[in-house]
Amino acid sequence: MKSRESWGRYPRVEQQTHALVWRTDALPTKDGSLLPHGLGRSYGDSCLNAEGTLLLTTGLDRFIAFDPATGVVRCEAGVSLDTILRLAAPRGWFLPVTPGTKFVTVGGAIANDVHGKNHHRGGTFGRYVRRFELLRSDGSRRVCAPDENPDWYGATIGGLGLTGLVTWAEVQLKPISNPYVLQETVPFGNLEGFLDVARASEKDYEFTMAWVDCLARGKKLGRGLLYRGNFAPPQFDGLPLAKSHLSHGVGLAVPMDMPAFCLNRLSVSAFNWLYYHRQNGKPKQRLTHYDPFFYPLDAIYAWNRIYGRRGFLQFQCVVPYATAKDALKEILERSSRGGLPSFLSVLKTFGDIPSPGWLSFPREGVTLAMDFANRGEKTWKLVEDLDRLTRQAGGAVYPAKDARMSPANFAAYFPRRERFMQYVDPSFSSSFWRRANPVSLPSSLSADLLSEIRSP
Amino acid sequence: MKKVLVLGATSAIAQATVRLLAARGASLYLTGRNAANLDAVTKDAATRGASNVASQVVDLNDFDTHEALVEAAYTALDGLDGVVLAHGVLGDQAEAQRSWTATEAVLRTNFLSAVSLLTVLANRFEAQQAGTLVVISSVAGDRGRQSNYVYGASKGALNVFLQGLRNRLAKSNVAVVTVKPGFVDTPMTAHLPKNKLFASPEKVARGLLSAADSRKNEVYVPGIWALIMLIIRTIPETVFKRMKL
Repeated sequence: MKSRESWGRYPRVEQQTHALVWRTDALPTKDGSLLPHGLGRSYGDSCLNAEGTLLLTTGLDRFIAFDPATGVVRCEAGVSLDTILRLAAPRGWFLPVTPGTKFVTVGGAIANDVHGKNHHRGGTFGRYVRRFELLRSDGSRRVCAPDENPDWYGATIGGLGLTGLVTWAEVQLKPISNPYVLQETVPFGNLEGFLDVARASEKDYEFTMAWVDCLARGKKLGRGLLYRGNFAPPQFDGLPLAKSHLSHGVGLAVPMDMPAFCLNRLSVSAFNWLYYHRQNGKPKQRLTHYDPFFYPLDAIYAWNRIYGRRGFLQFQCVVPYATAKDALKEILERSSRGGLPSFLSVLKTFGDIPSPGWLSFPREGVTLAMDFANRGEKTWKLVEDLDRLTRQAGGAVYPAKDARMSPANFAAYFPRRERFMQYVDPSFSSSFWRRANPVSLPSSLSADLLSEIRSP
Repeated sequence: MKKVLVLGATSAIAQATVRLLAARGASLYLTGRNAANLDAVTKDAATRGASNVASQVVDLNDFDTHEALVEAAYTALDGLDGVVLAHGVLGDQAEAQRSWTATEAVLRTNFLSAVSLLTVLANRFEAQQAGTLVVISSVAGDRGRQSNYVYGASKGALNVFLQGLRNRLAKSNVAVVTVKPGFVDTPMTAHLPKNKLFASPEKVARGLLSAADSRKNEVYVPGIWALIMLIIRTIPETVFKRMKL
């Protein structure tokens, strides 16, 4: 048994690992359940399998085909988005949807149906997955596509790795003229300001997302900076190239677990104030390489160590537009009042393009992501409250970032859960799944498990 | 190396080497025993930029195939200027001690099949007065230890063969590069507990190619193993035989 942690470093569980080598190999026979595990960038326990076995997929890292004329790439599920970019970007193709880190595997991007800064235009990653092969523990292999085994396709996209192992996938990339993004930063003074500028930006900008100063209160509640941009046209001139375009890949590193006192209300407050005022309150335009634009945190290796050994809890919710203003105000007020600073908080609007996965998280509305250093009971209570506010607003919480949502909330957020359960592989499970969906277990077991769920 | 024959291309170190060669736009002829696995490596190489990739499913323990295999590689790539010999087995020391059959299997794959292939290839390269023969050996060939001396003997014998070959081919502009990896984190060593000395196949592949590019004679990858093996070779046999290694 090996201790392995997720990106949030909470929880830590003991589990076996089995490294997959060839996509044509059979699944191993193990006591206990299996769960595919790629680069482990999920924050909570959806990529962990306590007492079971993780199928390590990073050995399935081969390309199968890439057509530079059509931008269709076919590869094994353990290939990372970084690897795809290295192959495709120099030939004029980019990921159709990318999350805030490129260190995720294609299999992980499918299992979490990830989203990015272009959700209002492009929807989720799953929409660009043309087909994939699903290997089940009974040895069966199915090619799944929107028009071939569509149920398996819908269950597996966003299906948290529970329907079986995706061995390979085919993804439609998107053409770009060059690797630069024309980026503009627009400050906004409060939550209303965000909603106005975000919605106004959706028409002309493919990419939008906002950093929010979660410690600002009162009239300034929800102030922040909105980043919007488009890939630059083939010819561009007159704009300075950001210095950061030179930083490619990993530059800095957090060398060790930071002691808890480094992150406190004062330091986070100072960082947020400086960050906000760097802008002088005016929009700024510049050209930047796609790397710092899409993956600013990838430049700091193991940035999650900044939260120290106890890790952190991520919280990402989406709330519908109808309730967004009030709900987000309450959520921001509650977290600002909690005295537990969120180092990095992000706001983004989701468009109305439906996600293909039954358990996909993105849906029309506004999404807010925050991270809280794990300070035990206090943090737990805070995030519970945020969960309640989200549910009251008719929203949902993102399983990929979660380590604590209740079974009742999970059922409320994901109404297609019942249908999904029919497609879960009987030999596959995860710590998240057993926690958030104890009804999937025999009743005696589920009672035991429910009583085990407790705060960190 | 622009036109390279990779023997045992589905091994972890060979796969990593194939990727680097493909990214350089090399032409490749790949061999492996398992058709599906070889196909996966071949398509990966083609996608990553190899100018030309051909492959052949072959069991290199069948020595009679070697002449035809080399001929096929020459034909497919329109010549050959590099070889990466990467096939090999670790074997099971305990089983080898019990059974000559098990010992012979290790010697046959790691030593005899390599010698047979290199006999054909050396004559070709000698005749064309050009080429680089890269052979993956092991630090285990530097000194016999009770925990894996059968494997070690197969690699040690290979090292001596390569020394002689290098000596013979020096005047013919043919480089013979002996690559001695230490512990590598591969499926071959999946059952072993890992420590800081384990290197990734990618790191070994980079060391292998840089040695090939500069036509080195014998290299340890990673370099730290040169020091480790120097110490291990220096220990007097009287002391060594009492150690648990």
